Amino acid sequence: MGVGRRMKKQGPPPALDESLVTRKRKLGAPTNGAIKKQKTVESKKPVANGKAQKAAPKKTKKAPEPEPEDDGLSDLSGDAIDDPDIMEDELDGIEEADLDDLDEDEINSDADDFANALSGSDEDVVDSDDEGVRHKRMWSDDEDSDAEEKLTAANIAGLSRKLDQQRAQEAAEAEEELKDDALQTNIAAADIPDDEDGQKASMLAPDLQMLRTRITETVRVLTSFKDLAEPGKSRAEYTQALLRDICTYYGYSPFLAEKLFSLFPPQEALAFFDANETPRPMVIRTNTLRTHRRDLAHALINRGVTLEPVGKWSKVGLQIFESQVPLGATPEYLAGHYILQAASSFLPVMALAPQEHERVLDMAAAPGGKTTHLAALMRNTGCIFSNDSNKDRAKGLIGNIHRLGVKNTIVCNYSALEFPRVMGGFDRVLLDAPCSGTGVIAKDASVKTNKTEADFLRLPHLQKQLLLAAVDSVDHTSKTGGYIVYSTCSVTVEENEQVVQYVLNKRPNVKLVPTGLVFGKEGFIKYQAKRFHPTMKETRRYYPHAYNVDGFFVAKFKKTGPTPANAVKPQGSAEEKKQHANGTKEEQYVEEDVALDVDAVSGAEEEDEFGGFDDEEDQKYIERSMKKQLKKKGIDPKATKSKAVKSLSK
Amino acid sequence: MRPLTDTETKTLFEKLANYTGRSLNNLLTDTVSTPGSKTPDRYVFRIQKDRVYYVRESLANLATSVARDSLLSLGTCLGKFTKTGKFRLHITALDVIAPHARYKVWVKQNGEMPFLYGGHVVKAHIGRWSEDAPEHAGAIVLSMNDTPLGFGVTARSTAEARKLDPTGIVLFRQADVGEYLREEDTLFTT
Repeated sequence: MGVGRRMKKQGPPPALDESLVTRKRKLGAPTNGAIKKQKTVESKKPVANGKAQKAAPKKTKKAPEPEPEDDGLSDLSGDAIDDPDIMEDELDGIEEADLDDLDEDEINSDADDFANALSGSDEDVVDSDDEGVRHKRMWSDDEDSDAEEKLTAANIAGLSRKLDQQRAQEAAEAEEELKDDALQTNIAAADIPDDEDGQKASMLAPDLQMLRTRITETVRVLTSFKDLAEPGKSRAEYTQALLRDICTYYGYSPFLAEKLFSLFPPQEALAFFDANETPRPMVIRTNTLRTHRRDLAHALINRGVTLEPVGKWSKVGLQIFESQVPLGATPEYLAGHYILQAASSFLPVMALAPQEHERVLDMAAAPGGKTTHLAALMRNTGCIFSNDSNKDRAKGLIGNIHRLGVKNTIVCNYSALEFPRVMGGFDRVLLDAPCSGTGVIAKDASVKTNKTEADFLRLPHLQKQLLLAAVDSVDHTSKTGGYIVYSTCSVTVEENEQVVQYVLNKRPNVKLVPTGLVFGKEGFIKYQAKRFHPTMKETRRYYPHAYNVDGFFVAKFKKTGPTPANAVKPQGSAEEKKQHANGTKEEQYVEEDVALDVDAVSGAEEEDEFGGFDDEEDQKYIERSMKKQLKKKGIDPKATKSKAVKSLSK
Repeated sequence: MRPLTDTETKTLFEKLANYTGRSLNNLLTDTVSTPGSKTPDRYVFRIQKDRVYYVRESLANLATSVARDSLLSLGTCLGKFTKTGKFRLHITALDVIAPHARYKVWVKQNGEMPFLYGGHVVKAHIGRWSEDAPEHAGAIVLSMNDTPLGFGVTARSTAEARKLDPTGIVLFRQADVGEYLREEDTLFTT
């Protein structure tokens, strides 16, 4: 199945297949169809004749394909009634179809042998003529080298004229083919099931080959809708049918299929879905802390591994084609000379481009591919905070860090949202956010079905908060850095551009900067009804069908100033809780103050003009403001009440 | 996370000296220059829970801001103190002790895999060794192209091992890099 599908990717199905199919159908119900067809042929008759008269003289000039004629002849000997059907399917050009109709008509109308023989002889004459033409063409096609040999100054003009003719003829044929395609498409389009039909069909086991053909047909219609669409059918109907087919063929949930389909033009979407069925190449990253790529390649080749540099864009990647040994257990692997890492995972680290002696934060680090890459780029200097919220996954992270000989990391286990509080002032922050994994469907096919609408609300929300925390953790005054890189292994707009846009909105002190990656497609500036910031084109998208890497997204920010004090803090973070608590309390105070003021004023009016002081109440206010003062200093008034309050009151 | 106590330091150093000999001094005096500060950065030992880490001082200082429960690892882990107070070196310490090793054993290519699967080193697999090793001394195991693979203790002195038959054990394995796969679950949980 795997091989067949790839082979069938190109173009429309060959005409022969369909003819076979139709013949089968015919066999199922022989008489009815045949009679109907005959009728249609008869009804066409005058038109066909008219055209044929026009076409007949052309025959000698233009030299059409000889095959139909041959078929016509053979049909003569065989079943005359069934023929037109098959013929129509096999035809290569409209005019030729007309010609054949003509032939058939002649045959059908001329009942007696004499006429038959006449027409037969006629055909013979034509045939010989055709053969001559065919000879010419074969020569021109197959023996080009001969023609070049004979190319001399004397006959160059003649030859070039011939070539021109040939080219013109080819162009004409191509045009005809196009028209014919349109014709075929109309036939195929009629096959597209309505809603009810589709539901009925989904109960049965789907015929994958038919489905595949139908998908390619529909995609072709959608690509040049104006020319190929059946009149009266809207683009939405076609898309609906296509999505339904894609769901059955590739096994996506309808929700996800639509989401992914809407990212691309139809042709590209199909390529994307196809690419998700084939695995990505296995890639390893050389650990430059321990060895060089050349040495590693030599060592692995000696072990019977076929490999090649992954591309010009990376100096440490090696693509594995074939291996006789398990690559996760060679002595080189255990000695930490390389790590198995998808090519796409190189990208965010390369975009971050950490410098030596910097302090870097990796917010979601497990299983450590990116952290160790960072350390290799920094040559074990500076400091990497490598955080992961999952303690179990951190195990593999620590293992990889030690195996690869990384010495500058601190591994911690926090929710990444706590980050500016635990430690801030980083020169660079890498956030490879948890995501739906729509870019790595080839690796984990369960994504196809288990992602729901709720996931695409929950995950982006988390990503937005994480990115806010990342921005707040960076030191904008850093001489060498001040950068944040955000990446996901997802291709949906919700998890990428929308998250970036959210942060641009909430943090006026960051801007998008070029990622410095040499390849990749620009991020969307507009998507459906959404419009994003024009600098969004600095972000990069990677697709499996375009670059043969996992689907990926990389955005790089530069922090230019401090985060404003009143900015929205990441939800669920300690900062946000504090802000929230303070905010509500202060509001309460204000309200109380106003209420009490009114009371006081009314009370004062009763006694005298300016009013006396109520010491008891004043004492309350004084205490309260003192507490507030303490809090501003960072002292918890409840915990240290005794000493701190006393010292302050003195 | 805290610096080691005197008894802990003593236990640790005795263990390390087993492999490094007098070069243990280098381990303690190694420094790294940093562009920002005038004094070069030195290496220190820190204990977190029962594990001992060998780490740059600046890094250890930064790590103080991480809560004890959340700090999983820093720098290079050397090994752990057992509940009875002994110290056990882990394979992760190989990086630290290999450059300063006193006795070395090189194994041939055909001996690499048996060693990485946790076997002791037999005489037939040995390509080269340090000549002056006594019995029960700590030694580093390297492959023929000088990649450190693990460490262990010599079963015989080199003089005695010379007379040994090919299947006789020359070195008892204590740790090998194969443990990164075999012991992943126990080695790195804290």
